[in-house]
Amino acid sequence: MRRRDNVALGARAIGVAAFVVVIAILPRFLSDFRASEMARVGIFFIALVGLNILTGYTGQISLGHGAFMAVGGYASALLIAGRPGLELAQLEAPDWLPVGDGMRDFWTIPIAALVAGAFGFLVGLPALRLRGLYLALVTFALAVSVPILLREPEKLTGGTNGLNLFGTTEDRLTGAIDNTVHIPVLGKDMTFNDWTYYLAWTVALVGLAIAWLILRGRSGRAFKAIRDSEVAATSSGVSLASYKTLAFAISAAYAGAAGALLTILSTIVTPGSFPVFLSIQLLIGVVIAGLGSLGGLMFGALFLYYLPVGIQELADIGSLPNGLQDAAKSPGMPSVIYGVALILVLFLLPRGAAGFLRRLLIPLTKRL
Amino acid sequence: MSELLQQVVIGLASGAIYALLALALVLIHRATGVINFAQGEMAMFSTYIAWQLVQWGVPYWLAFAATIALSFGGGMALQRVVIRPVENAPVLTVVIVTLGLLLIFNGLATWLWSGEVRTFPPNRPFPTRTFEIGGVVINVQDIGIVLVTLALVAALWAFFRFTRAGLALRAAALYPESSRLVGIRVGWMLGVGWGLAAALGAVSGMFTAAAFPPLEPTMMQAVLIYAFAAAVLGGIDSPAGAVVGGLTLGVFLNLVGTYADDLQNLGFPVNLEGLRLPVAFVFILAVLLARPQGLFGRAEARRV
Repeated sequence: MRRRDNVALGARAIGVAAFVVVIAILPRFLSDFRASEMARVGIFFIALVGLNILTGYTGQISLGHGAFMAVGGYASALLIAGRPGLELAQLEAPDWLPVGDGMRDFWTIPIAALVAGAFGFLVGLPALRLRGLYLALVTFALAVSVPILLREPEKLTGGTNGLNLFGTTEDRLTGAIDNTVHIPVLGKDMTFNDWTYYLAWTVALVGLAIAWLILRGRSGRAFKAIRDSEVAATSSGVSLASYKTLAFAISAAYAGAAGALLTILSTIVTPGSFPVFLSIQLLIGVVIAGLGSLGGLMFGALFLYYLPVGIQELADIGSLPNGLQDAAKSPGMPSVIYGVALILVLFLLPRGAAGFLRRLLIPLTKRL
Repeated sequence: MSELLQQVVIGLASGAIYALLALALVLIHRATGVINFAQGEMAMFSTYIAWQLVQWGVPYWLAFAATIALSFGGGMALQRVVIRPVENAPVLTVVIVTLGLLLIFNGLATWLWSGEVRTFPPNRPFPTRTFEIGGVVINVQDIGIVLVTLALVAALWAFFRFTRAGLALRAAALYPESSRLVGIRVGWMLGVGWGLAAALGAVSGMFTAAAFPPLEPTMMQAVLIYAFAAAVLGGIDSPAGAVVGGLTLGVFLNLVGTYADDLQNLGFPVNLEGLRLPVAFVFILAVLLARPQGLFGRAEARRV
């Protein structure tokens, strides 16, 4: 038994190491454009790692993680711009709001995570007294409400137009001037897309490590106990309210970091960047990823990003039959396919991609 | 004073629309213990069907009736095909399936009818004439919407209370095992529940398109949130509660919108005019925390 455990741990360590190496050298084999796409996959990946802590490990649903991404995204944008940047955009922050005088983009990521985490804590405090179904309802309403709330203080957030960082704060957005400029990073020159790729995936790997540290310890065990049986967990002395709120806050912090990265990549943030659809998308991602394996999460992130993009590309190169060609070009098509995929996964692979992989791999690893 | 009364009447009309959709949510929740997140998009899709029929030259009221019938059949088919396979799965799995349906209906409507805004012919289903009683200007359309809603609710109540089919439906929802033993086809009864809900949603959608034009794929999203709030206020299992909750919420939100400026002048920190959805969110949260069983629901006991 012990030997089996060691083998499993070793196999996992090798898997993680291989994952890190692939991520580190991938840009050498990708075009600049593909690197920027993979940066966006990284954003989904971070949000999914966080959401998985809440749904996969703690068993609580959230249909509102897009809202936490929005909070992180706006926090990051405000910090990058700072008071001088806001003034240039003819906006202003109230005196009590510590937006600072402008900050380098990557330093805003941890702060955005903290802000979103705190917001998640505040929302989670009342919401997590609710059982599953009501929690779904409340978080759904949250996903609808937050973009509207962010639009409202027009003087601070720029209303529907949002905050455009481009042009006002060039020296604080690392290299977001244009793609041809090469950014010196650690003594090497990088293009903007390579830079955002490495930024996103560094955050992702750090986030993954933190998630592992949290989940292997006391909190992780408490989370799983709550998921498996609330009654049994309470009887064993696990405080439901505090651990549920903790899980909610942690996963909101991941969403916040993802939102900050989205701001940095797009150099603009608007209420429209975080529609309800985004929240549902993230839930689809974890459902498809299945319970908590690295491979599953990666697959989920790739699926979320490449489904709409892939359909579009297929339509563009015209390799589809005539009737489908128009359908694929419709903006409604990705929704339909997301929906069908979601339902099919629930029918056919209730454990998601991770469970599917495991079922494929079990016969192989049993021999070890 | 007449200003206030007038806003109350307007609020009742939008409240009736929320009540219809809330009633649909309640029907499904009573039958299967699930909240159907696709209810709003299903209603939107039904409304597009009505629009298409009118476009093809079908007289409005015929299209109205046909849409209700089609929606009933469609809702029933959905339950049989999509919901039945996950019947015994955890509630949240079923909720996620309904989210899948939400995406599918939204995408299908965008694909089939494009995202462009459409409008129904004017003065349908009710004329938009106004008349005046004691200084209060009342729109015929608002009265029509409220009356039809009340009539539908009464008919539904009578159906559940006085007919054999209604009794079988209630039995199937409450005691599926025993119902099966006395020969009720429980599966089909749940299907009928979904059908009824879809039909109610269709009416709600067609009224929304009339009272708050235009017709577009996103039109029911806000209404769905309001319907959630109404259903929660009434107690998610109570049809009467859904109606009272819907009407209350309609009036409340309309007054919030009307008096937003005055509230702000009185020292309220923000203008609530554009914030009705967040207000509804706070409303849902407050009701669930203070009185989770709502106004008319029964407190729930959990067996350990």
